[in-house]
Amino acid sequence: MILVEDLRKNYGRVKALRGLSLEIQRGEIFGLLGPNGAGKTTFIRILTSLTRPTDGRVWINGLDINKYPEKVKRKIGLVPQYLNLDQELTAEENLEFYGRLYGMATGERKRRLEELLKFVGLAERASDLVEGYSMGMKRRLLIARALMPSPKVLLMDEPTVGLDPQTRRKLWELITALKNQGVTVLLTTHYIEEAERLCDRVGIIDEGRLIALGSPQELKNKVGLIAVEIMAPDGVKRRFFRNREKALEYGSRYYKENKCDFLLREANLEDVFIELTGRKIRE
Amino acid sequence: MRGFYTVFSRDMLSLRRRFTKHALAGMVNPLLLLIAFGLGLGRGVKVGGVSYLEFIVPGIIALSGMTASFSAVGISLNISRRYTKTLEILLTAPISPLAVSLGKVLAGMMRGVLSSGIILILGFIFGAKLSLNMAAIVIILLNCFLFASLGLYIGLTLWSHEDMSNFTTMVLLPMAFFGGTFFPLESLPLGFSAILYLLPLTHVSISLRAAMLGLDIPVASILIIPVLGIIFLYLGMRAFRKGDLT
Repeated sequence: MILVEDLRKNYGRVKALRGLSLEIQRGEIFGLLGPNGAGKTTFIRILTSLTRPTDGRVWINGLDINKYPEKVKRKIGLVPQYLNLDQELTAEENLEFYGRLYGMATGERKRRLEELLKFVGLAERASDLVEGYSMGMKRRLLIARALMPSPKVLLMDEPTVGLDPQTRRKLWELITALKNQGVTVLLTTHYIEEAERLCDRVGIIDEGRLIALGSPQELKNKVGLIAVEIMAPDGVKRRFFRNREKALEYGSRYYKENKCDFLLREANLEDVFIELTGRKIRE
Repeated sequence: MRGFYTVFSRDMLSLRRRFTKHALAGMVNPLLLLIAFGLGLGRGVKVGGVSYLEFIVPGIIALSGMTASFSAVGISLNISRRYTKTLEILLTAPISPLAVSLGKVLAGMMRGVLSSGIILILGFIFGAKLSLNMAAIVIILLNCFLFASLGLYIGLTLWSHEDMSNFTTMVLLPMAFFGGTFFPLESLPLGFSAILYLLPLTHVSISLRAAMLGLDIPVASILIIPVLGIIFLYLGMRAFRKGDLT
């Protein structure tokens, strides 16, 4: 569905993307996980033609985005990081104008906007000005807006940033429902839990490069499933093991020899990132 | 050209909702100028055979059309690029740069026409004997087109809000004073008046004045206005194509 080949983007001397290649399958939820400044937003901006790549190529649904920007734009919906809704308009009007920009017919617009406002739970506030919406409501409206022209690909840049856990979970449900409708979802995130729970596959990106790719389980398998954290005097030490027994054995031995406390937990994608880069995702 | 009317009607909706605010805001400055210079300073003064009020009303129509059209497009584009990011809605939609540009410019022209119309009415109320003929209407429209297009180009090119306000202070404000608005260019030394002919607003003022006073209209001036407008429109569209606007 999305094919990316050796994508590079320089902003002056800053290299935001340094040769990113990947393929996203039709109908999957793909998560791009990485720290702030890793190049996630730049990648989304290239896919939506907001900026041009310095080098490399991208195909969406078989179309080269540089050659057919308008055709590609018809296929994709964007949920940006910031809430760029038209504050002077109501929710309904926001969707209405958006549908018109995509050349949707009047009847289709009306049907679709009613359906979407219901889908995101905003039907009752449809004729209120967006100004008075809460952040969670605005996010949901952003998603509805992106879905207005029934895109085949939905790009979401940090879709749950700044949301409370409850709203975040609701959004995950929404995104999963979209996948079930056959929409391909590409989302960027720096939330470990989001990548693990929501995504079919995750690409870990750091300093403009893809450093790991696979399902959350596959990625965790690479480091080991169980983590032992040892509270050593000079900081926390991590070791990974295939199973709980081996992990416990190691921890107990360490405890006997050095009198350091330890804990056992399941490995997560943060561990994968630390193993690969030596840094945390959020520092 | 799909999308053009949508872009235009979105801005028109905003104009309708804030009509009174826009109308009042567009009135204050020109009204002050009209009272201070036209009625106060200029009472009993004649310039080139007409009363000073009749001399400056076309100038003030030109200058308020300029300011209103420019800011309607330029300032709002700049804000939607840098602050609200709502411009990305248009940038990621499957519509051409031409459709976006024309929609924005036409909507900006409406604001300019509104401002120009207000001055025209005020001028008539204050007793200026001027004729609103076809030529005058065309010049007013071309003026709004020129500066709405300039707003498109500048709003997409300058980065910060501060740059925008500097542009207004350093380019538009001097032009408002020296662009043939308040005094005849012939009253200046030759070298100086030649420089003033480089200002786009000068051509609007002198041709609009000629049209409204029933004098011979300087053809070259009328041609310069749309040509400059088309150049700025083109530059604006090029900025859209280049990307990296937000």
